[in-house]
Amino acid sequence: MHWINLLCMLALVGSGLRIYNAHAALYWGEVSHFDTPLFATQAIAGKDGVLGASRPGSDSALMRLGFPSWATIPSPGMGGLAVARRWHFFFAWAWVINGVCFLLWSLASRHLGRDLAMQRRDWRDIPKSIVDHLRFRHPVGDAAARYNPLQKLAYLLVIFVLPPLVVMTGLSMSPQMASVLGWWMDIVGGRQSARTLHFVAMALFVLFAVVHVVMVVYAGPINEMRSMITGRFRVKYPKTETAPTPAVQEAPASADRMETRP
Amino acid sequence: MTEIIRLSRRRLLRGAVAGAGVGLLSGCDALSQRQGFIDMLSTAEPMNRSVQRFLTGNRLAREFPESMISPVFKPNGSINPKTPEYLALKAENFAPYRLNIRGLVRKPLEFSVDALRAMPSRTQITRHDCVEGWSVIGQWTGVPLSRLLDAAGLKPGARYVVFHCYDDLAGDGSRYYESIDLDDAYHPQTIAAYDMNGAPVPVSNGAPLRMRIERKLGYKQPKYVHTIEVVDSYTTLFGGKGGFWEDDGYDWYGGI
Repeated sequence: MHWINLLCMLALVGSGLRIYNAHAALYWGEVSHFDTPLFATQAIAGKDGVLGASRPGSDSALMRLGFPSWATIPSPGMGGLAVARRWHFFFAWAWVINGVCFLLWSLASRHLGRDLAMQRRDWRDIPKSIVDHLRFRHPVGDAAARYNPLQKLAYLLVIFVLPPLVVMTGLSMSPQMASVLGWWMDIVGGRQSARTLHFVAMALFVLFAVVHVVMVVYAGPINEMRSMITGRFRVKYPKTETAPTPAVQEAPASADRMETRP
Repeated sequence: MTEIIRLSRRRLLRGAVAGAGVGLLSGCDALSQRQGFIDMLSTAEPMNRSVQRFLTGNRLAREFPESMISPVFKPNGSINPKTPEYLALKAENFAPYRLNIRGLVRKPLEFSVDALRAMPSRTQITRHDCVEGWSVIGQWTGVPLSRLLDAAGLKPGARYVVFHCYDDLAGDGSRYYESIDLDDAYHPQTIAAYDMNGAPVPVSNGAPLRMRIERKLGYKQPKYVHTIEVVDSYTTLFGGKGGFWEDDGYDWYGGI
């Protein structure tokens, strides 16, 4: 499910940026105030030539593009907004269906309640966890096999906050759906606000993904990747402590864990 | 020694990441060129249509107060048609204009703009959503399409309403057209509009008559309409996909 999710996300972000490029500006409110956008990506003359313009191919003309051709699906000249919309809606459905399956599985397997839910101890440990993160102090022993509080909060954000937001703001851009989303449109402030929030949610997903990958690499990519694929996660115990035999323990990532430190 | 190894490893990694990225994207571009793949992606369209139709029923698009009308109703697509038949009409301020209703109807009809103005009308202040992503709000007055269709009387087998337009957006001698099904045709806010913001629709926004189909994107709301044709299928018309932009790959549903 994780890898289907990644595939969908890549397709959604790429095609979404191509859709954004069709009108490379964001507004707040119900309508577009064309002269006063909230955010716009336009070509400007910079020190090193024109900024905000790309050549989709080595021999093609310079094009004014909100996002460069390498970031969009499809690239300019390889299909336009129509194709990008096809990509976006197909992978939106795939992503939502995959997400619902993940949610049902996490509930049934108690992954959600056991591994992800914030316990009282997690809330108490937040300050300590922040300090640990800032000092790049990596958890050892059984703590390494658990999610730390900041990690839990990040996961809860990308599971329970961003997906509903991104789906609802996506649907808010549909004139057909807007006919039944009156109350929600009042909360978000209109179609153009919804489009802006949809973009912000996308940016937060991308930010999460970047931090997520950095953390995986930092925590030992081979061990982490193996655990993601096989479910086996190698836990290191500090040398000074008398670790339970053996010194290196193979623990299934989602199996029962000891709640007490050795 | 380690320095060199580390540098080359870093370069290798960077190359691998860049290579994977380029491979991924050119792969996506190659897929975008394959009709089979596009057909697979297009399976989302009937899902959008049926789920959204189920959730929205016959609900009205939101209507706004006058204070929210946009200062400029951004014109898009054709904004100044140059086809000879349109220029001839425009030269006479659209006096000879006639709206034709034909196809699978009991009684083909013809309306001048004045005749349309004499019919019961609906005025609505609604948001116009372009497929590109922008929106503007405008006020529209026109005849509900349901009245026109009822006046002509639908024949059995009628399933779609096709709008034929004066403008040649492609610039190749073809004409803009669009189609909707009877659900949308009989929606209360589907009107043939002759007034925008209290004055006759300007040329840039579709004079003398344009469709307002409020729960659709802009490309599904044709301007410069001269004929409303009732059909059982749109597959034999022009590109066969039911509309000018649909023939270019856009979805026929056009509700999101």
